[in-house]
Amino acid sequence: MKAINIKKITSQRLFLPIFCLALVLLVNIITTPNFFQISVRDGVLYGYMVDIINRASELVILAIGMTLVVSASAGTDISVGAIMAVSAAVCCNILTGGERAATELAAPLIIGLLAALAVGVLIGCFNGFLVAKLNIQPMVATLIMFTAGRGIAQLITDGQITYVRVDKYKLLGSSLPGIPVPTPFIVAMIVVVVTSLVLKKTALGLYIQSVGINKRASRLVGIKSVQIMFLTYAICGLCSGLAGLIASSRIYSADANNIGLNMELDAILAVAIGGNSLGGGKFSIAGSVIGAYTIQALTTTLYAMHVSSDQVPVYKAIVVVIIVALQSPGLAKFRKSLAQKREQNAKLGKGAA
Amino acid sequence: MEKNSVLEMRHISKTFPGVKALQDVDFTLEKGEIHALMGENGAGKSTLIKVLTGVEEFETGEIRIDGIDHPIVNNSPQDAQNRGISTVYQEINLCPNLTVAENLFIGREPRKGGLIDWKAMNKRSAELLKELEIEADVTKTIDNYSIAIQQMIAIARAVDMSAKVLILDEPTSSLDDSEVEKLFVLMRRLKGEGVGIVFVTHFLEQVYAVCDKITVLRNGQLVGQFTTQELPRVQLVAKMMGKDFDDLAAIKDQSAAQKTYSEEDIVIKAVGLGKKGTVKPFDLVIHKGEVVGFTGLLGSGRSETVRVLYGADKPDHGTLQVKGEHLVARSPLMSMNRGMAYLPEDRKNEGIIADLSVRENMILALQAKRGMFRLLSRKQQEEYTDKYIEMLQIKTASRETPIKSLSGGNQQKVIIGRWLLTNPDFLILDEPTRGIDVGTKTEIQKLVVKLAKEGMAVVFISSEIEEMLRSCDRMVVMRDSMKVGELSGEEMNQTTIMSTIAGGQ
Repeated sequence: MKAINIKKITSQRLFLPIFCLALVLLVNIITTPNFFQISVRDGVLYGYMVDIINRASELVILAIGMTLVVSASAGTDISVGAIMAVSAAVCCNILTGGERAATELAAPLIIGLLAALAVGVLIGCFNGFLVAKLNIQPMVATLIMFTAGRGIAQLITDGQITYVRVDKYKLLGSSLPGIPVPTPFIVAMIVVVVTSLVLKKTALGLYIQSVGINKRASRLVGIKSVQIMFLTYAICGLCSGLAGLIASSRIYSADANNIGLNMELDAILAVAIGGNSLGGGKFSIAGSVIGAYTIQALTTTLYAMHVSSDQVPVYKAIVVVIIVALQSPGLAKFRKSLAQKREQNAKLGKGAA
Repeated sequence: MEKNSVLEMRHISKTFPGVKALQDVDFTLEKGEIHALMGENGAGKSTLIKVLTGVEEFETGEIRIDGIDHPIVNNSPQDAQNRGISTVYQEINLCPNLTVAENLFIGREPRKGGLIDWKAMNKRSAELLKELEIEADVTKTIDNYSIAIQQMIAIARAVDMSAKVLILDEPTSSLDDSEVEKLFVLMRRLKGEGVGIVFVTHFLEQVYAVCDKITVLRNGQLVGQFTTQELPRVQLVAKMMGKDFDDLAAIKDQSAAQKTYSEEDIVIKAVGLGKKGTVKPFDLVIHKGEVVGFTGLLGSGRSETVRVLYGADKPDHGTLQVKGEHLVARSPLMSMNRGMAYLPEDRKNEGIIADLSVRENMILALQAKRGMFRLLSRKQQEEYTDKYIEMLQIKTASRETPIKSLSGGNQQKVIIGRWLLTNPDFLILDEPTRGIDVGTKTEIQKLVVKLAKEGMAVVFISSEIEEMLRSCDRMVVMRDSMKVGELSGEEMNQTTIMSTIAGGQ
């Protein structure tokens, strides 16, 4: 009876991603006993766990956009990190009124935020046009913005870091007064909920998967494949814009060189760790979100173990290889044959008894 | 092992979740014989072959092959190949942009000093093709040749690598009659050389034209092995279906053959519709309740014509009226909104969404028609799916099973269900019966006639003329991308159709 239940649990689609996340966290019980302690300081939560859910927020948002892009086009958007930098640059530049530092807002905060999001969508549309309409390989198409994006951000900020030293601007990246949970986490959760609702209440999810699996057949049943694919890139752009704002608010500035640096790789990785196929088609948003938290949990764990930041990527790579291998079809086959053998042995044992 | 046999499979069983795919099946292949493996969809033909070639594992039973004195287990197609079992599939596994010689020797190129010895490769390829009387220039790329020649090259490659057992899985489904005849010549040659050939096909005539023996499977069980002479066609069909064969000729309501139509009954009216390079301009009128067949040789433009009608390919001249109103379809959705439905010829690439479930595949067209924001509730989706699973008798483990794990005929039924769900006025079925079993074919033909009776206009395309004669009111004959005639009533018989296809003299 119990064995059947275990089998049922392990065969769930999200079992492996969750298992991997738990494994990463559990390592800390041995290495960092106070890892799971959460304390309250000045009405705000502190602790490694809080750090994880806080720091992972941008990645969660990016991973959601990336999941849709991967599903619909069987390709990746490698410009998301650069879009973050552009969106941060646009927002800060508007808020400072073109100055390189400001202690007072030159324009209403909301205008800066909306403009940044609009720029994200715009770049997403550009990518979408190249991929969906002109049929350019997604990686090649987004490579354009990957390289040009930071240059554009530099142009906007005259090649300098632009500071917005206004408390209001810091709220998005820290915490709202009276609320103990970090704002980025709240924003990320809103994005997760909104996306889930849209996918549940409209046929968008079905269309995206359908286009990702078979573009030609989808067109013939009346789905506008080109539009759907275009839309996923636009959404991915929007997500990147939002992530850029959070990252910028954390440091209340626009640093064209560093905001979102290498984030595209983590976002793609989050999608993969979440058990989604990079070949497009079926997807799970929950999987990608778990994937994003796994990556951040790993990073935070390594810092908690006092691994220097230069060496973190090495350890990260090792763990990632293990996680991805755990979920690979090759290993799944091996596990299956192992289970079959065990079953046979059990049968034989019974027969002998 | 019997003295003369090259392959023996004994008591083979294999279970898929929820389905016993093979139960205690025996199969014996002798040297120098062509052996048909027959059965309806889901009978276990493909599974038996997959088990034999190491694509799938089997649970019990044993396989023996000539020259190896112990039972063998193939773990992969390579394994099988090394032991002398080669397969040529329906979908040709050749690289279109490589030369004939490269395709023949890919993975086992003759080498000289570590480099590929092109001269030797081309020479050996030419010899091989000459020996098998295949006419092709080995230095040209494969895509220069017709599907038939490609098929033969694939066979040549298989034979050259291992010449004991050759499995041909539906090799003729995209060949026309003269090409099939060429293939048969090749098969008979190989037979003369002692190769055992397993021939899987749905065409009964071909079985009787070329096979020595027939093994029939039904529902994963062995019905029996027969020599071709002692098993008349009717008997074979009866054995495959496990019931008395329906009198197919009786499908069509004879009295309905003389329908008269008024102006209001016109559903489709095309004037000078055409697309440069694929379809020469044609005129066509289709009425309510009418079944119109399109016939012609492979490549005569049948499929291209209906694609232009549906708007899958945009016509570049002429006009199209649907129920009296002009339609310029910029996308298939526009045609759908005017009551059209189109089942494409290429089920795998244009029909099914492989990884999605039966339910999702079924409701997709209706959902697309409703638009993204009016999602069908889960309950509605399930109701619709269940309704059509029952109505079309689709064999599936559940409605959430991925469509790719259904057999070809059942996949096709899901796609038909998908379109019926949109409640069309005009239904285009392009080769709905290709590669599916006799029983399902009959069901689909009956369905077509029934739908027409209920007032739907239907275009029905099939490469089997008999099938269309049984269900169509009128037939459009195509030749070289051009509509060359329309036949109805008395004119609709094999001879007239053939002579119209052949053209004049």
